[in-house]
Amino acid sequence: MKTLLSISFALLLAAGPLAAQESTVSAEEQALLDEEARLDAEEAAADTAALNDPTAPNPAPAHPELRPVLDEFGGEAGLTALMDTFMAGLVADPRTGPFFANSDQVRVKRQLVEQFCVILGGDCTYTGRDMKSSHRDLQIGRGDFNALVEVLQVAMNQHDVPFSAQNKLLAKLAPMHREIVNR
Amino acid sequence: MSASNKTPRRRLLAAALMAATGLAQAQDGAGAGTSGKLLLTGGVSQVEGAAGGGLTPWAVIGGYGTRDQIGANAFYTKVNVDDYALDSYGVLVGFYDRVELSVSRQKFDTEAVGGALGLGNGFTFTQDTIGVKVKVAGDAVLEQDSWLPQIAVGAQYKKNDQPGVLAFVGARDDSGVDYYVSATKLYLAQSLLLNGTVRFTKANQFGILGFGGDRNDDYEAQFEASAAYLLSRNLAIGAEYRTKPDNLGIATEDDAWDVFVAWAPYKNVSLTVAYVDLGNIVIRDEQRGVYASLQVGF
Repeated sequence: MKTLLSISFALLLAAGPLAAQESTVSAEEQALLDEEARLDAEEAAADTAALNDPTAPNPAPAHPELRPVLDEFGGEAGLTALMDTFMAGLVADPRTGPFFANSDQVRVKRQLVEQFCVILGGDCTYTGRDMKSSHRDLQIGRGDFNALVEVLQVAMNQHDVPFSAQNKLLAKLAPMHREIVNR
Repeated sequence: MSASNKTPRRRLLAAALMAATGLAQAQDGAGAGTSGKLLLTGGVSQVEGAAGGGLTPWAVIGGYGTRDQIGANAFYTKVNVDDYALDSYGVLVGFYDRVELSVSRQKFDTEAVGGALGLGNGFTFTQDTIGVKVKVAGDAVLEQDSWLPQIAVGAQYKKNDQPGVLAFVGARDDSGVDYYVSATKLYLAQSLLLNGTVRFTKANQFGILGFGGDRNDDYEAQFEASAAYLLSRNLAIGAEYRTKPDNLGIATEDDAWDVFVAWAPYKNVSLTVAYVDLGNIVIRDEQRGVYASLQVGF
């Protein structure tokens, strides 16, 4: 209860000027927001804890030296915009579409932002599962993996991410083929 | 060279270009199909038909097939140096990203030098090459956290159609086998691809002037290196160097080098243009000029 209260308080603070004008953010609305945040956190925690494979390597190893690369991606906001394009491309591409058609795309996008952000030395937290367990239920070949890389390259080009910055990220992602490719 | 000689060649090039365009359009319409490798990571076709740079085989397996796919390429290469012209064309098939088989033909046109040597203007040596390459370790592209390059071993059997002339210039044989080992690594974070190849060979001028000679008839290790810098997903620039034996008493043989631009306008089409220096060839020094190669993948 204490946590809930402090979160509500923080939200009120953050909404400061607005709240001063419309002091009528109802307690009910606030409770709903809090509940939503709690459920999100719970879901993420369940994902990581219950379903992880202890033998899998860290899916989001931090590389503080790549912080300048994150800036070239436009920071976390840039990654968020990139992931919209990336996911749209993945769904549209006949090679990758079937893998994402029935996925929770909003969650996948959020976790990709987190993952890329952490890898590129950003102040983010990755809430997703490891690469082995998160792909366990899919039949992924090396061609599928490469197709995803291509779609990502096209998306990065569309967002004007410099090619050298793209490759610095891809160099960290490429070895994950060992956990992701499973057929 | 006579005009009648040139026409079919032009036709062939035109046909190849048309085929390339048609395929590219089809490819665009149909999406990227099942071709699983990343753009340009299969290399282009080197002069003797193996996947690699222009002069040098790389450890990569040609074609865009991944380990559960079969890929294939056809290529046409034209080299035009000061006093000679070389046409090379062929096909290769990559099996499961493991084994590569290639068949190619090199036609070396001596142009006016042939006349000066009493062979007749436009005298042409034709060589057929059958190549095999097997990947033995590593992955040049994906293993970015490992120092191990992709390593392949290969052989190229070459057969020249002018045994009489070859014997006359001092070559010991009109056929021979080159054996090589290549190591290739993409340093993705640096956008740099490096290749080193050691070739055991007796070939004079790639085999155009036969195998072995009066000065030396033993296998010698030759060294070949390529460096390519990726400017974008479909554009690379680079340079290559290839040492060659010097077996014939009648003429010294120099090393070859080139600087190149490779461009893949579509996934299954690549165009490579290079400035190449083949050094001295028989009675002509400093044979430099343009290398152009078109490759179409399936």
